[in-house]
Amino acid sequence: METEPGSDRPGEVRKVMSARQSEVETTSRKLSTRGIAWTKLRRKKTAMLSLYVLVVLYAGALFAGFVSPYSYAHRNDAAQFHPPMLTSVHIFNSDGGLTRPFVYGGSTSGSGYSDDKSRVFPIRFFVRGDPYAILWVIRSDIHLFGVDEPGAIYLFGSDLFGRDIFSRIMFGSQISLSVGIVGIIISTTIGVLVGGLAGYLGGAFDFVSMRLVEVLLAIPGLYFILILRQTFGNDLDSSQVYFLIVIILSFIGWASEARVVRGMVLALKEREFVLAAQALGLGKFRILIRHILPNTMSFVIVTATLTVPFYILSEVALSFLGVGIHEPEASWGNMLSAAQNVRFLTDFTWILTPGVFILIAVMAWNILGDGLRDAADPRTLG
Amino acid sequence: MRTFVIRRLLALIPLLLVVTFLTQALLVASPGNYVDRMREGRQFSEEFIQQLTRQYHLETENVFVRYWYWLGQTLQGNFGYSFAYKISVWSLLWQRTLNTLLLAIASLLISWGLAIPLGMLAAVKRDTWVDKLAGIFSFAGLSIPSVFFSLLMLLFASKTGLFPIGDIHDQVYWGNFSPLQKLGDVLWHLVLPSMVLGLIGTAQFMRQMRSQTIEVLSQDYIRTAKAKGLSPSRILFRHAFSNAVNPIVTLFGFSLAFLLAGAVLTETVFSWPGMGRLTVDALINKDEPLIMASVVLLTVMLAFGSLASDILLAVIDPRIRLDGN
Repeated sequence: METEPGSDRPGEVRKVMSARQSEVETTSRKLSTRGIAWTKLRRKKTAMLSLYVLVVLYAGALFAGFVSPYSYAHRNDAAQFHPPMLTSVHIFNSDGGLTRPFVYGGSTSGSGYSDDKSRVFPIRFFVRGDPYAILWVIRSDIHLFGVDEPGAIYLFGSDLFGRDIFSRIMFGSQISLSVGIVGIIISTTIGVLVGGLAGYLGGAFDFVSMRLVEVLLAIPGLYFILILRQTFGNDLDSSQVYFLIVIILSFIGWASEARVVRGMVLALKEREFVLAAQALGLGKFRILIRHILPNTMSFVIVTATLTVPFYILSEVALSFLGVGIHEPEASWGNMLSAAQNVRFLTDFTWILTPGVFILIAVMAWNILGDGLRDAADPRTLG
Repeated sequence: MRTFVIRRLLALIPLLLVVTFLTQALLVASPGNYVDRMREGRQFSEEFIQQLTRQYHLETENVFVRYWYWLGQTLQGNFGYSFAYKISVWSLLWQRTLNTLLLAIASLLISWGLAIPLGMLAAVKRDTWVDKLAGIFSFAGLSIPSVFFSLLMLLFASKTGLFPIGDIHDQVYWGNFSPLQKLGDVLWHLVLPSMVLGLIGTAQFMRQMRSQTIEVLSQDYIRTAKAKGLSPSRILFRHAFSNAVNPIVTLFGFSLAFLLAGAVLTETVFSWPGMGRLTVDALINKDEPLIMASVVLLTVMLAFGSLASDILLAVIDPRIRLDGN
């Protein structure tokens, strides 16, 4: 742990030298509250693991086009419901010798797919394929891996239209995972500002905003989301639907946040440091933004982390019910809706794979949020 | 207690007015209505469509007019007829609400029945493998999307054939069943959907129950009870339990809200004829009378849920006085 103050004033150095005698004291004095929280978080293995999982998932979403061998809309009518090939990537050839990874070509014979041992397709890296764009800017058609035509690689199998489920999960994560981040930023900003203003100003603004909060919290969430969604009609393209979902979810999501922040601000505004700031003649908004709201930050960050799953799951729910992201665009929710057909679900179990990804993402956010809550709690020792 | 209940019920009136007005406004603002769709379908005569339009004042885009007529009819106890189902909204909702409540109550029984003993066990066996296992279970339960869990259960049912793959009762033999067989059949259909919602609820309550029990067990009166020489089981069940369970009771209203909203997806997957799926379909079809009635019913049920949990808490915890001062 870094204890060096990095100061060139001799007095400071001497102070540090004497403080060295008790290591614990030094750490807690030298680190900011945030530093302590970060140190505590680093010690939690499950929380850090979740953080790494999320980094991998979000990196996958960012580089979806590169990581996935096909585009989300790449159809192959001859390969409907092809079983997953993750376990049929071979590294030993028929003589038992080690070769570069390869897959066999598939052949449809009557009831299902079987490997055609005579057709070998080696897995190649950095191959050219469907064009894609990363962040709308970097355009390319080089994919991390792939096999030559007419062979195909479906790591997690293919869907009803012979589209690669792995690729669609990667592209779907761009929507399903970013909804959480974008939504939480918008709703937290609104929630903190409205809650802060309501608590600090009081009066009419407080009254009106809190009644609005009560109404928003009184309507059952999913139905309200659906009513709002229907207000904008069905003839929207996918990016419009995406922004609509984010805006609707944030519009509902800020309410509970605002209520708690208001309560915290009510308590904080009677504290000495606020009175001191008022005595110094600082402006109301400066006091609110610079002095009061930073004290609610650890709560806000923890709540935000724990609320991201709500956004992810809401997008899944809307797309699953058919009013969210629609075909051919991929989202984890609309991919799962294919499993509503019991026959498909029973015979082609791999169409449930997006559900596993939702579970992993939501669990990682929950565990990370839980770890952050413990880390931000000053009562627990670092 | 009585003034508290009356005050809460009176507060429900403005809330209902605001919520229904908001819903009406959003419906008016949304493009197209059910009548337009009927006209496109060309199955109904123009006169009939005209009559419907006049009856529900669909020709006006003025929210206040539309809302005024709806309110007038509703206050006379007339919720209107569902456009899509051609029967009175009330008789339609009544049956569906019972189905949803059946599902909700079964899930609540499962979740409370499992969460309270498991949470206490985890608290007593704190930091042992039992506690860790319970922790993993509750994190998994908190994180598993109800859609995914429902689909997994459906997969289980269809692969093993042990449970029906949807609906509330058997469609073929239902008419021939004796009352007892009917009850058994409904319960059999209830198992999987209520397990999905119940286990998800268990995960949430269990965490709460565990932390409450741990907190209560460190209190002075527990030490006093130990010093008096009471048996550990008596301390746990009499002294700790009754104090630890109070905050869980307050979650009742919250869990009812969760079940009403969360049940939509489970109902969809299991084709459970509940009000969740009905309302979603009504929203998608723009079945206005049905939407408005559902919104009223849902808001009332939520408000009653939170009222019930407040009353329940006052009943079991003598320290709480509802009438204030």
